[in-house]
Amino acid sequence: MSPQPIIDLDALGFDRGAHLLVEHVLGPLAPGDRLTVRGHDPALTVHLRAWARREGHGFEEPATVVKGRAGVDRLTGAVRAGGADPSEIVARPGSTWGLAARGALVEAGGPELHFELDRADVVWADLVPRLYAQALAAQWDPATSIDWDAPVDLPDDVEAAVVQVMTYLVENEQAALVVPARFVGRIHPHFREVMQLLAVQVADEARHVEVFTRRARLRGGPLGVSGAGGRASLTTLLEEPDFSLATFLLSVLGEGTFLDLLGFLERHAPDPVTRQIAHLALTDEARHVAFGVAHVAHHAQTDPALLGRLRLAVERRHAALAQTSGLNRDVFDALVVLAAGAWEPDAIARGYARVQELQRDMDEGRRGRLARLGFAPDEAAELSSLHTRNFM
Amino acid sequence: MSAVVMGAVAYDPKVVTIWDGFRRWFRDHDLDFDYVLYSNYERQAEELVAGRVDAAWNSPLAWVRTDRLARSAGRKAHALTMRDTDRDLSSVVIVRDDSPIRSVNDLRGTVIGTGAVDSPQATLIPLSYLRANGLAPGRDVTVRRFDIGVGLHGDHIGGERDAARALVAGDVDAACVIDGNHLAFANEGTLPRGSTRIVGRTALYDHCNMTVLEPDEPAVAQFGGLLRSMSYADAAVRPLLDLEGLKQWEAGRVSGYDALTTAVDETGFYDADGDVTAADYRP
Repeated sequence: MSPQPIIDLDALGFDRGAHLLVEHVLGPLAPGDRLTVRGHDPALTVHLRAWARREGHGFEEPATVVKGRAGVDRLTGAVRAGGADPSEIVARPGSTWGLAARGALVEAGGPELHFELDRADVVWADLVPRLYAQALAAQWDPATSIDWDAPVDLPDDVEAAVVQVMTYLVENEQAALVVPARFVGRIHPHFREVMQLLAVQVADEARHVEVFTRRARLRGGPLGVSGAGGRASLTTLLEEPDFSLATFLLSVLGEGTFLDLLGFLERHAPDPVTRQIAHLALTDEARHVAFGVAHVAHHAQTDPALLGRLRLAVERRHAALAQTSGLNRDVFDALVVLAAGAWEPDAIARGYARVQELQRDMDEGRRGRLARLGFAPDEAAELSSLHTRNFM
Repeated sequence: MSAVVMGAVAYDPKVVTIWDGFRRWFRDHDLDFDYVLYSNYERQAEELVAGRVDAAWNSPLAWVRTDRLARSAGRKAHALTMRDTDRDLSSVVIVRDDSPIRSVNDLRGTVIGTGAVDSPQATLIPLSYLRANGLAPGRDVTVRRFDIGVGLHGDHIGGERDAARALVAGDVDAACVIDGNHLAFANEGTLPRGSTRIVGRTALYDHCNMTVLEPDEPAVAQFGGLLRSMSYADAAVRPLLDLEGLKQWEAGRVSGYDALTTAVDETGFYDADGDVTAADYRP
């Protein structure tokens, strides 16, 4: 039998943290074990008894604590909320885990917190932790990453075309901000990397809205037109309640199409500021698309019926937009002028050809991504053709 | 399903949370339990003896009164259960660290801050302790009471805390607080570290109990048994036990109320029949 442990608190009182030392020694003891406490704080015996009583320990004169069961009992029924590592996620986290850190020991009881998106097969993608790390490493500061003082000396009409395109981009990026923002609060925090990645995605879009707005206002003129058809298209995006379908429509098809648009702007924009912001936004959007494809592919693997629902979603959206104009004519023309850079017939013809080429690239990109999700080539081509004419 | 109605005093909004929660738990364990709230302990004690409730979650002072009221009515009060934290408490008399007062004997001629008139732990028992040490309140020491929550028998911590604040502020020479609150006031900063000293400590006494008149009545016995069966390992009741300030319901005992009974008699707080006779007490 080992001797009864003794802790000497010296001058430390319970008004200065003595309980930490006492608990430290009590920790490994079993309920019923005794710990003698020594010290010369004048209030020690008064406080030790009061503290022991409050914590459910016994007390024996003059200063012995008899370990109680409360510490053990408190963790009865406690469960590990999966593991901290992404490889240790569970298929369906408990609703009583609430906001507990993944891998934490969750005390039983407490309120239930219902997160609708609480199944790994619906939320997760193995690529997510890596994408999140990349997203953090790739954050950029609009104030310093763009040379806002670079010369932007365009003919007024060309400048107006750039402003129109920026006006269009702001509106679309606001949709791309709102959609993931709505889902962030519905995802079980167990899948924290998804939550974090979407949060960064929201922050990315906030930055894009800022830089496109700033470019639009660079020369002090008014912003361009917001077309009714474009707004109708974006409204259908916001109305999609299903996470996987919304991710498919926004990130795979919409932002996927934007990759080509931003690449087009980076190549053909008539001023360095527009080229820089197109480049930076393109880098971010590529990540969003990568997540969208990875997530939907992951979900499709576990649910073969998903592809059919994706197809229906595209068809439903197409039907809803059949009576609208799709892309604002002003935006299309502005892209031509922007890519032309001048008003000569040859330049306009060149710009027009570039926009036609852009649309072909967009279609080809969409078909490729659809094929990666498992659609057959002919079905991918058909669905791509049904994608909104508004691009996003 | 047998039925028990218990009285509790609404000294804090959490009382509703606690007993609503316990009510659900009791009903899940085949006891048709309900509770009624009283604004003060005096009415609760009277109602228990009048048979309007089956049990009363009583302060120690309410126990003393119920015991007397019951005897007067030819009945007998019993302590069915009590919290583990109701056993073996003490109160302390504290002074400022820079005070010349070194012991209880030095308190003669000083002003002593106490809790409310009906606080067992911060008024009645510590003043009785001073009396036992030869210091008659009102004659040898001046008592400055902090009457907050009168009728709640000291459950409201405000009077005790104000007495402690008055001590730190120099408005009184000493203050009386229960040991647990002395620690709590030190931790929360009401009593800055090193600012006060303990110069006296009462003997150990007990606090609340679940008072009943018919402990053997099946529903009452079931009620006591269920209370004592509550486990801190049960996640359904653990938050309620935390709110009520216990880890385990223990068997009731009445051996820890002698000091308070003495104090009640010394001050004429209640008479032998349990009538309220304290002149300046209006719950």
